[in-house]
Order: sequence, then C-alpha cells, then structure tokens
Amino acid sequence: MRILGLETEYGITDPADPRANPILLSSLLVSGCRAWAGEKTTRWDYGGEDPLMDQRGVRRPRTHVIPELLTDAHEFNAKAGSVTLRRRRGSWEDPAHLNAVLTNGARFYVDHAHPEYSGPEVTNARDAVVWDRAGDAIALQAAAAYAEAEGTHVSLYKNNVDGKGASYGTHENFQVRRDLDFDVLARRLTAHLVTRQIYTGAGRVGLGMRGEQPGFQISQRADYMETEVGLETTLRRPIVNSRDEPHAERKYWRRLHIIIGDATTFDVATFMKLGTTTLVLAAIEADDARLDALTLVEPVGDVQRVSRDLALREGLHLADGTVASALEVQRALLEIARDYVAGAVDALVIARWESLLERLGRDIFETAREVEWVAKLQLLGRMRAKYGTATAEGETRDAAWDDPRIAASDIVWSQLGTGLSARLAAAGQVERLATEDEVAAAITDAPRDTRAYLRGAIVATRPDIVDAAGWSTIVLDRDADHGQLEVVHLDDPASASHPLIDELLRG
Amino acid sequence: MPQQSVNQDSFDDDVPDDAPAPAAAAATTDALDALLDEIDGNLQVNAEQFVRSFVQKGGQ
Repeated sequence: MRILGLETEYGITDPADPRANPILLSSLLVSGCRAWAGEKTTRWDYGGEDPLMDQRGVRRPRTHVIPELLTDAHEFNAKAGSVTLRRRRGSWEDPAHLNAVLTNGARFYVDHAHPEYSGPEVTNARDAVVWDRAGDAIALQAAAAYAEAEGTHVSLYKNNVDGKGASYGTHENFQVRRDLDFDVLARRLTAHLVTRQIYTGAGRVGLGMRGEQPGFQISQRADYMETEVGLETTLRRPIVNSRDEPHAERKYWRRLHIIIGDATTFDVATFMKLGTTTLVLAAIEADDARLDALTLVEPVGDVQRVSRDLALREGLHLADGTVASALEVQRALLEIARDYVAGAVDALVIARWESLLERLGRDIFETAREVEWVAKLQLLGRMRAKYGTATAEGETRDAAWDDPRIAASDIVWSQLGTGLSARLAAAGQVERLATEDEVAAAITDAPRDTRAYLRGAIVATRPDIVDAAGWSTIVLDRDADHGQLEVVHLDDPASASHPLIDELLRG
Repeated sequence: MPQQSVNQDSFDDDVPDDAPAPAAAAATTDALDALLDEIDGNLQVNAEQFVRSFVQKGGQ
C-alpha cells in the first residue's frame, strides 16, 4: 500500500470582467466553499510545514528563496501519535477565507492566484480518481455559492496554461521510503515522467511557453519544464521536485512531489498517471537496476520532444548509446512493473497499460475515449476540417491551429461543468472509472483507510471543538485547565485511528 | 462458414474488445459533429476576444 494524493490548481475568470483580480476571485470562491460546507469545515493549520527543506539534504536559508516559498510557521513536531499543547495565536495568522478543510478530508484554498483543491490521502490510483472528481464537483458547488453571494459568476478551468506564458500545476504526491537515496530515485524515475505523457497528456493547442508557434502538442506542462531536479515550483520548474516536506514521520518517509503532470478531466488518464508511477516507484524501492537502462541523455529536451511527436515515433537518446521512442521506453517500464503488482488496482493498471500502449502503437485514435490528448486532437481535428477554406485549386485546407475558434476550444475543453470534455462525457464518449454514486459520496466522505478519515470525520461531527487541521495535525480547542490548544499529531498517513480522535468520534 | 456463425463469434468473450466496432465509430462521429454544431454559434461571435481575455497568473 502506498499513500497518494493529488492537488489541482484551477484556472479562474470572471467572464463578465476579464480584468478581475484572480486572488480576490479565488478568495471569494473559497468563501463560497465555506458557505456550501456550512458549519462542517475548519481552517488550515500551518504548524508543520517546512517548504525550504530540500530532499537532497540541505535547507535553504530563508533569504535565498523567492517569497512564495515561505508558507511555513516555525514549528515542526515529530512526536508521532502524541498530543502536544500550543499557545493561542492571533487570528490574523490564518485568514479563514483563504482556506477550507472539508469533511472529505480535502483542503480547498487559495494558492498564489488560483483556487486549489488538495485531495485527501488515498491508498490507490482508483481512489485518487474518485476524490479528484469529487474535487471538481466541490469546486462547482463553491462557484454556485459564489454566484449566489456575489451576483456574478466565475468560470473554472481544469487546465495548466493560459497561452500567454502562465502555467499552474496539478501535483501528485507519493509516499516513498526515506532510506532511498534521493538522487537515485530522481534518476530512475525521470524516464517514466518524461514518457508517460503519451497516455496522461491532456493536449494543448500552441507550441512554446506563450504559444509562439501554431500547432498541437501532447502535454500542457511540457514547455514549462526547465530543469531535471529542483526545489522551485513556480519558476525553473523541475521534472523531479525536491521539496522535502514529508507530512509524516521524517525518519521513515519522504513525500515525493511531482509537478510535471497535466490536469486531466479523463478518469483513465488520471488513473494511469498515478497507477503507473506507483508501480515504477515500487521498482525503484526494490532497487531494480533494469531501470538504469532507461536513463535519458537529455531529459528536459525530451519532455518537449515527446510532447510534439504526435506520431509517437521520435527516438530519444539513452545513456547506453541506444535510441528508443517514448512508446518503447514505456513498454520496457511496463515489463519491469509487472514484477511489482501488489493488489487488484495494480493489476488493473498493468492490463490497461498494456492495452493502451498496444493501441497507441497501432492507431492513436483507438484510445480516444481514454486518452485526453487524443480525444482533444480528434475533436479539434474535425473542427479544423469544418472551418476549413477552399483553395484556388478547388481543395479544402483545414483551419490553422492558431485560428481563434480552435484556440478558444482548447480553453473551453477543460471548463468545469459545461466544457467540451464534460459534454463529450455526457454524450457517452469518455470512459468513466468512478461511478456517479462514488463521486457523490466522496464529496462529503473521506477515504476510510488513511488519516484523512480522522480529519474528515472530526470536522463532520465535532466542528465546534476543531480550531484548525493540517495534513499531519488536528488542532483542538476545548475547555481545559491548561487553557491552551491541543495539537493531535497524525504522523502516520496510513493510520485511520488515533486514541483521542477515536474517543471524540465515539462521543 | 455461414455468415451467422461469424457474427456470433464476434460476441465471444475472448475476442479483444479494444478495437471500436464500426457502429461505435459512427456514433462517435455523430456525437462529435453534434457537439461542434452546438458550440458553433458561440465560437463565431466570441472566439477571438475570449482567447485574448483568458489571462492567468502563474502558479506552481
């Protein structure tokens, strides 16, 4: 079992006022989320964060980083399972309107200038899909509450680019063992992160950070990856992020934070993104040296090379002097991953992985119900033909990729609720893995097999005594002789039990 | 072999179901065309301004 989590930063606009301040819109959206949640929510506990700690063992001095990285208070307490006391602080330290911790164990908040849904900790890729879809539904509920309160609307987009140079992320988190050497982990994982986009990419109209050249590429994020390994997430973005903030017992665990992935509205894409990476991580933890044969000579350039290669034929140079396409690298990874199947979900991942690679190699359009970039390419391809123009020779020329109608459709594709992807799904053209009932339940209920259960359940049943909650803490505010807040430490993400919280939940 | 038995074979469990049947492909084409017709009016009026005004701040 491996703990996973998925975070989504949504694009946000006021369609009636394109110049509206996105930070204000996002704050009001979180207020909407709090209004939707009613009593059953709490604020965020910033107590345990340490965003300046690098996985490579050094801690950045505070003066040497961009201010956005400074999200922490200066408390870190690794007393697993214990309860400690904390002095009360001024309420100015966490303006409530910027955060909502929800009964499904998730956090809905403002990150930079975007609303973000950080899903609860889950134990497998299928659950990640369920709670990711729940996040989209919650964002729509928040938008409805916003419209009621403000009398205007916001539109939300599950994409990663604005076509003007800005990118915002969809981050995956994987718990991995601390005793794994981080450089080895990064080296052995890179080939997978570079090539998995052939089935996880969401598709993008425009090439280059600002879409300088017309065209279509596989990945939203590819053009924004500038280095192999690094701490930053908002500039010089790395393929493997090295922030060392485990949100768990530091002695035993790392939290691998992956920022290269696209936001995906297709269940299969989300499932495969997390499912395949889980299996590759299992191979890395087992010190499987077969992975070394897949070391890429130029991984950063290869991210873009693969993203632009719609025929899936381009050769990537490997360290051993051979050349392999992204499909071939993925086939090799699949063969290695077969040895690490540890449960039913892993087996489903392997079967789908094999099937997708086979069909992508034969005819990409056979995967249009599962692979988002293929579905987008198919729809926009038909649109280009529809808006084509007749040439002097009596032939028809497709509309250009930079035709505003095509570019607009790429944006509208990802709009929550009414976007083209949502409409395709409603028309039965997108394969769903999570049922509507499962998604509906996950809007209010947390996963039962991780600490998210404790967070969600205490917020649902005793919001009156919860002061704040974080990934590894629940802060209680009760009448007590000591007059201080009680910080309940949940340093094992895989434990859905804590003596004090269990007792409070029993009533 | 009579035509009927060929048709029956295609419903066997061990036939790979990953290649879309012609009927499914036609349904997809219809669905895509219906969707394109649905959004056509909006795109003709608004597309350029919409694209220009979709501006986001960088995030993580």
